[in-house]
Amino acid sequence: MDCYTANWNPLGDSAFYRKYELYSMDWDLKEELRDCLVAAAPYGGPIALLRNPWRKEKAASVRPVLDIYSASGMPLASLLWKSGPVVSLGWSAEEELLCVQEDGAVLVYGLHGDFRRHFSMGNEVLQNRVLDARVFHTEFGSGVAILTGAHRFTLSANVGDLKLRRMPEVPGLQSAPSCWTVLCQDRVAHILLAVGPDLYLLDHAACSAVTLPGLAPGVSSFLQMAVSFTYRHLALFTDTGYIWMGTASLKEKLCEFNCNIRAAPKQMVWCSRPRSKERAVVVAWERRLMVVGDASESIQYKQLTIQVLLDRLVLRRLYPLAIQICEYLRLPEVQGVSRILAHWACYKVQQKDVSDEDVARAINQKLGDTPGVSYSDIAARAYGCGRTELAIKLLEYEPRSGEQVPLLLKMKRSKLALSKAIESGDTDLVFTVLLHLKNELNRGDFFMTLRNQPMALSLYRQFCKHQELETLKDLYNQDDNHQELGSFHIRASYAAEERIEGRVAALQTAADAFYKAKNEFAAKATEDQMRLLRLQRRLEDELGGQFLDLSLHDTVTTLILGGHNKRAEQLARDFRIPDKRLWWLKLTALADLEDWEELEKFSKSKKSPIGYLPFVEICIKQHNKYEAKKYASRVGPEQKVKALLLVGDVAQAADVAIEHRNEAELSLVLSHCTGATDGATADKIQRARAQAQKK
Amino acid sequence: MAFPHRLDAPELPDFSMLKRLARDQLIYLLEQLPGKKDLFIEADLMSPLDRIANVSILKQHEVDKLYKVENKPVLSSNEQLCFLVRPRIKNMRYIASLVNADKVAGRTRKYKVIFSPQKFYACEMVLEEEGIYGDVSCDEWAFSLLPLDVDLLSMELPEFFRDYFLEGDQRWINTVAQALHLLSTLYGPFPNCYGIGRCAKMAYELWRKLEEEEDGETKGRRPEIGHIFLLDRDVDFVTALCSQVVYEGLVDDTFRIKCGSVDFGPEVTSSDKSLKVLLNAEDKVFHEIRNEHFSNVFGFLSQKARNLQAQYDRRRGMDIKQMKNFVSQELKGLKQEHRLLSLHIGACESIMKKKTKQDFQELIKTEHALLEGFNIRESTSYIEEHIDRQGSPIESLRLMCLLSITENGLIPKDYRSLKTQYLQSYGPEHLLTFSNLRRAGLLTEQGPGDTLTAVESKVSKLVTDKAAGKITDAFSSLAKRSNFRAISKKLNLIPRVDGEYDLKVPRDMAYVFSGAYVPLSCRIIEQVLERRSWQGLDEVVRLLNCGDFAFTDMTKEDKASSESLRLILVVFLGGCTFSEISALRFLGREKGYRFIFLTTAVTNSARLMEAMSEVKA
Repeated sequence: MDCYTANWNPLGDSAFYRKYELYSMDWDLKEELRDCLVAAAPYGGPIALLRNPWRKEKAASVRPVLDIYSASGMPLASLLWKSGPVVSLGWSAEEELLCVQEDGAVLVYGLHGDFRRHFSMGNEVLQNRVLDARVFHTEFGSGVAILTGAHRFTLSANVGDLKLRRMPEVPGLQSAPSCWTVLCQDRVAHILLAVGPDLYLLDHAACSAVTLPGLAPGVSSFLQMAVSFTYRHLALFTDTGYIWMGTASLKEKLCEFNCNIRAAPKQMVWCSRPRSKERAVVVAWERRLMVVGDASESIQYKQLTIQVLLDRLVLRRLYPLAIQICEYLRLPEVQGVSRILAHWACYKVQQKDVSDEDVARAINQKLGDTPGVSYSDIAARAYGCGRTELAIKLLEYEPRSGEQVPLLLKMKRSKLALSKAIESGDTDLVFTVLLHLKNELNRGDFFMTLRNQPMALSLYRQFCKHQELETLKDLYNQDDNHQELGSFHIRASYAAEERIEGRVAALQTAADAFYKAKNEFAAKATEDQMRLLRLQRRLEDELGGQFLDLSLHDTVTTLILGGHNKRAEQLARDFRIPDKRLWWLKLTALADLEDWEELEKFSKSKKSPIGYLPFVEICIKQHNKYEAKKYASRVGPEQKVKALLLVGDVAQAADVAIEHRNEAELSLVLSHCTGATDGATADKIQRARAQAQKK
Repeated sequence: MAFPHRLDAPELPDFSMLKRLARDQLIYLLEQLPGKKDLFIEADLMSPLDRIANVSILKQHEVDKLYKVENKPVLSSNEQLCFLVRPRIKNMRYIASLVNADKVAGRTRKYKVIFSPQKFYACEMVLEEEGIYGDVSCDEWAFSLLPLDVDLLSMELPEFFRDYFLEGDQRWINTVAQALHLLSTLYGPFPNCYGIGRCAKMAYELWRKLEEEEDGETKGRRPEIGHIFLLDRDVDFVTALCSQVVYEGLVDDTFRIKCGSVDFGPEVTSSDKSLKVLLNAEDKVFHEIRNEHFSNVFGFLSQKARNLQAQYDRRRGMDIKQMKNFVSQELKGLKQEHRLLSLHIGACESIMKKKTKQDFQELIKTEHALLEGFNIRESTSYIEEHIDRQGSPIESLRLMCLLSITENGLIPKDYRSLKTQYLQSYGPEHLLTFSNLRRAGLLTEQGPGDTLTAVESKVSKLVTDKAAGKITDAFSSLAKRSNFRAISKKLNLIPRVDGEYDLKVPRDMAYVFSGAYVPLSCRIIEQVLERRSWQGLDEVVRLLNCGDFAFTDMTKEDKASSESLRLILVVFLGGCTFSEISALRFLGREKGYRFIFLTTAVTNSARLMEAMSEVKA
């Protein structure tokens, strides 16, 4: 071929361009495009057309039609416009059409012409009407900027998360700026506007005058400005027919060009190919198109990812094609097919003419338990369309009960949500539902619900124990759980109360509760504790020293150690301390005091209920063999050997063991025979053993 | 001694990976707060943390000072504070008081709370209620499995026991499921699953759900561990309540092993210092005695000491070259062994001193009588005397519980009088302790004269077959609906002893309790593994009140090697004791299995009782 370059035309010195038709539009337009508001979505998305009858201030006898076409002109939707006058159209990055009305209301449509939602740009806008509006795209989403009749700007940087920002006033601005645009720098949206020869930059805090570096002199007005898609570059067209191109930061000029046409262009846009180093501005007048270019620096566009491509197919309801692409690309199910099926299901639930049962069944048949499909998401969509019953049916297919909970809560099926949360085993989820229920129900109903769900009840009790003691008490009260109420007050008598009177009162409440719980033991024990507390208090007052909070046993011991034997006896009688305990107690206390005389007197006071071996043991423990021997003789026959061994009388122990003819005792004595001193005794035992065996 | 494993015993998986994972995650979290920071660590997390990352690692990641979380004013002047805590409400209050104090003082710092092993919504809510939710950033350190030894993984969650078995709080079950999920992700799926207990079943089902949600991760992996067995602590309280007599258990009962190490006091080290000793398979001396009945240990150690001496003595005949070799190659090892040996001998002496002082033999005798259902009256009097003499309160409580469980409740008269005596001895606040114990089923009162159920009359027939002399006791306890007695009979937990039980050459798992009792938990595991199901154990399951909570789940797993099929992961929910570990290690050696233990915490009778005790604030 000889003419590869035949249809390329030079553009400047080093660049060339060519013109050819990619495809022809399928549409059959009845209107002139110039009479319409037009918006084309980025990345070859859909095109919206709205014949604009309001601009010419004609009476709107005929309602205008909003048409939506694909990029190639295939009609997607067509609807009668029934709302107010529209000032501007624009597509969001999610391919939602934003229609900005004169009154500041923004109506949002899907690409099939389905109404999604609307929002208002605020009161100021409503009052002063919309003069001009722009839809712009940032990395966070799509925004709307409004110029009002009062020449003030209001903008929202992300319509998905609507936060209105009213920009500061431009000082001395009396008429509309000759042109303006939205700039995005450092993740913040600014507005650049031209008033006569001056340029102003508005951010949310201030209005500052700016100048263009290297701007040719003689400019008295800016007629048009254009910012590139990535917000990096800016071009301005002046009334001198001069074009300034530079960075959007206004710090650097890239090039300038004088085209000698002074008429205001209809349109000016940046254009360049992906990965191309060439940037150009295309300027259009009624019958002329001009490309102004410069080649120096690289620009890269973010390309559509495959995920976005799939999203777009799904948005166009081309489910089978999307699935085929997934399969062709061998995308993992979760990212691919499952996701598309889920989208299909979300579409399906919107078909209002199909019954709940049929929709649910159809969805389940197609989706089954495909991994990555969330039935709760689909159910949420169904609920969004007002189909609560369908949503509940769909939730039944959700295998993870935890996933069902948030939607059930939203649908006010809190009790069902609680059961599902419990089923999920996720205590955090249960807790979330509980707090929800707590706010939703009155206290009585809330407690009643808890009562039927022991798992939730335990969880809530645990929380109350640490954080809401009063609620805990109410819970027990509600259940007539007197046993736990009793325990609650006992705990309070230790933890919450300081004064004796307060403690006794808490204990009294506890005792009453225990009686109601028919736990007589606990009630009596609590009453004893009250008596003991009062008594301990009195002892402290009368005798000094520490008595409060000692156990009964320790109280008596302390009295004995302090020499208050009478008081000790009295206490033991009052509290019916059993004899055995009293003997152990006295024995230990007197031995601790090493009051051997008193101990002996005590041992003779009556027959010991614990025998006399403990006396021997305790004396030995206190290293008093002399005293120990006194008691060894009084030890009963079964423990005699042990006692004798304790006091070191091996020989006599042997005699007793032999007399008892007890093999166990014999070996015990034998194990105590050490060295030469006990040699004779050992022999004696061996002989006795031998004799016993003969018999 | 120290029975070697069979030659065909499978290799254990390498669990050190768990430590590395935990360490890496912690470092990542610390780096999320760049720059110098002070780290506040909850006391309970200190030992586990120490096993994962030492101070120098923390310092490397710009931790400046370390503080213990305690109720004291904070002196830190750092601009960044990081808290490493368990998800407990009281910790949230502590942090809130600190942050709010800063606010009052007009001070701004950065605060980060790292919850381990996970955060709970309730905690975040308290932070919000205290008005500091926006001031702190929260993170999770999913550190839930600490390898204490080559075959022992601990979640270090002692509160699991009280939370679940007393308070009915299920919040830790999810943590268990997550831990199991982690294990199966790292070591392949478990082809055979068994379990008993309500909590076991819940944990298992939650875990299965997790696996299904993340389908494909473990798919196609070769299983390294062939079986998993989950068991609730309340299936067998008895074993956990018994005094331990194998060495490791006894060391735990006496000195308290904490997070795999023990503090030996001056009485053991025979110096004026305490010494922290790591007890695991790396300690060669300990490794040989840990599973031994205590009566063998001293003899073994002295033999070992003699051998060691002989090795030292070899020096005498050596020439210079041999001596050089000896010094460079052997001496260090010998010295190390010497050091360990003297420590364990010290520990033994200390144990012997303590255990004879408390009349340990009497105690053991009473326990055995309770297990066998003999001389109940005498045992009851023994317990009463123990209380009257103000023996250790925990010990008294333990004996009461053991009596109650083995007898399926105390008779009303004893129930009242023992409790009264207890309150008189140890203080009236224990009224709450008794209420706890009753709720947990550890200390209960027998119902008034119920008639025998069908099961019991069936069992009673078996009982009458028992050797004469034991009939009356066993039977009378049956009339009081003693499930333990019936279970014990069914599973043959009390071995028939002809002559002396040779503790040196044990013939069954009963050796861990001097031949008197086969631990119920271990017996259940043995029986199920033998059958590969619960088949034929219906009645036991019913007696255990676990009719709905015994499960088996076998996946057809062709890839499981015969080696992996002899590796068994036993999961104890609510804690396991060293005696149980020793018993199963013994079973493993006998059958050619290797057991791996996963427990919410290592426990013993004292810890169980303390968890139930109410101590006044």
